[in-house]
Amino acid sequence: MLLLVAPALVWLVGLIVLPHLELALISLRARVAPRVYELSLSQYRTFFDEPLYWHTFVRTAAMSILATICTLLIAFPAAWYIAKIAHGRAKSILFVLCLIPFWVSETVRTLGWMILLRESGVLPHVLVALGITAAPVEMLYHDTTILVGLVYTSLLFMVVPLISAFDSLDNSLIEAAYDLGGDDWSILRQIIVPHAAPGIAAGAVIVFMLTLGNYLTPTLLGGKNSLWFTEQIYTQFITRFNWEQGAAFGFLLLVLSTVIVWLGLKLTGQRFGDVMRRS
Amino acid sequence: MIPSLPRSRWSRYATASYVVAFFVFLFVPLVVVAIFAFNDANYPAPPWRGFTLDWFLGRGGRIGLFGDGPLLKSIGTSVIVATWVTLLSVAVGTANAFLLERGRFRWKSGLSLLMLTPLVIPGVILGISILAFASRIAQLADDVWGLELDFLRPGLPLVVAGQFSYIVSIATLTIAARLKRFDVALEEAALNLGASRAAVLRTVTLPYLRPALVGAAAISFLMSFENFNTTLMLVGSNPPLTIRMYGQMREGASPVLNAVSLLLMVASALIALALLRRPAHDAADRQA
Repeated sequence: MLLLVAPALVWLVGLIVLPHLELALISLRARVAPRVYELSLSQYRTFFDEPLYWHTFVRTAAMSILATICTLLIAFPAAWYIAKIAHGRAKSILFVLCLIPFWVSETVRTLGWMILLRESGVLPHVLVALGITAAPVEMLYHDTTILVGLVYTSLLFMVVPLISAFDSLDNSLIEAAYDLGGDDWSILRQIIVPHAAPGIAAGAVIVFMLTLGNYLTPTLLGGKNSLWFTEQIYTQFITRFNWEQGAAFGFLLLVLSTVIVWLGLKLTGQRFGDVMRRS
Repeated sequence: MIPSLPRSRWSRYATASYVVAFFVFLFVPLVVVAIFAFNDANYPAPPWRGFTLDWFLGRGGRIGLFGDGPLLKSIGTSVIVATWVTLLSVAVGTANAFLLERGRFRWKSGLSLLMLTPLVIPGVILGISILAFASRIAQLADDVWGLELDFLRPGLPLVVAGQFSYIVSIATLTIAARLKRFDVALEEAALNLGASRAAVLRTVTLPYLRPALVGAAAISFLMSFENFNTTLMLVGSNPPLTIRMYGQMREGASPVLNAVSLLLMVASALIALALLRRPAHDAADRQA
């Protein structure tokens, strides 16, 4: 028994609990002289005093929510098709096709988008060839580009829980609703969405968390104007070596992520453990 | 809506074209990466200038993947890190699974919830917290005992620790899910027949868990290989592949990156196929 508890404790205490306590302590101290520190909230005050910091924070949260909604809207019909309309071999092939891109590293997928969208890239080239634009346009480094990249990276985590939610919906319920005169919209609203709510919540929570914590996609597709909060953390911690400020930013991000995930679960009446096990 | 209900022809076409567009969206970036690994130009961009294998085999003027020492070294680094993370995650994940499924103690549900938390902490924060904590211990060791603990400074041991800290959660979930379905009567029968505890574990329980162990190992390896966020914060002077690719992508593009990417795609496709074929065997085992 002790033999089984030991690794779990070393892992959870040594790599999760203590490091986060250390991070909290660092975020709450200010350096008054070399290697002399005192308790202070100045890091958190800087965050609110400096518009760049909290603008970036709010922007990251808003874009993550937007990306989550877009991911849901794009994944929903595709997951429905795979779960309900395709059948037999086609169904399992389509399902595997959905998974394959996500076995490949995010770096590779982002490289693909950069080759597609940069000024000398494939899509601007095609647009010129079709006569839609006179000269190649730069399609990287816009907010929309970041959004496309984030949605692309997140799709799998939405499609899979949606498919399993739809799979468990009995077709006869839909047929009954249709016989009783329900149209597509009312069936969607009164039968499909309530049934799939746990799957939707699971997908949305995971997509939101991954998007909020993403670093690679916003910095590569957004370039210098990406203004993503994880980038601020990196800058403070690694580039400027201002650990106090970086730790405070880290904690703010952690709080934001926890609050929104908690709200999302609360609103849809889900439990955290169930959602994590489902995905 | 569903095939058993009447659908207008228009709605059938609309659905079909949506699904086609969806899969085009999924695959276009990957296809583009693969194609430009073979373009005979110094920059991965159109127009097409003819087929070449320079970006794989080139030496001298154009340095291809297999002639690019630092790039190959970073692949090696990734493999070493991923191997360690896999071994640790599967070992600790198995212990955790037994703890959660067999153990009876207070705070078990609290512990099982705590085991899930690393999955909701953003990777960047896992990275900086472990970095800060490790440096505190290193500082302490230096002040108190005058020890210079290099492995606590940014570098591969910390990268392994950082990736392990959340990948082990996934390994635990995978293995615990299979252990939950295990029929304890099988172990009892073996014990009744005179087998020792170790023999039961070796000949009954572990063989049953094998598919989950293999699955957890494959997932751990892939997730470690592809990890970026946590690694970025903990990396020292010896970058794994993802970090090195990121650095090169920021500076500019070279088709060598496409060549590496294609290699990664083929490798992950092979692992994915191997994993997807397995459930069939698994079902056959259960019927036999």
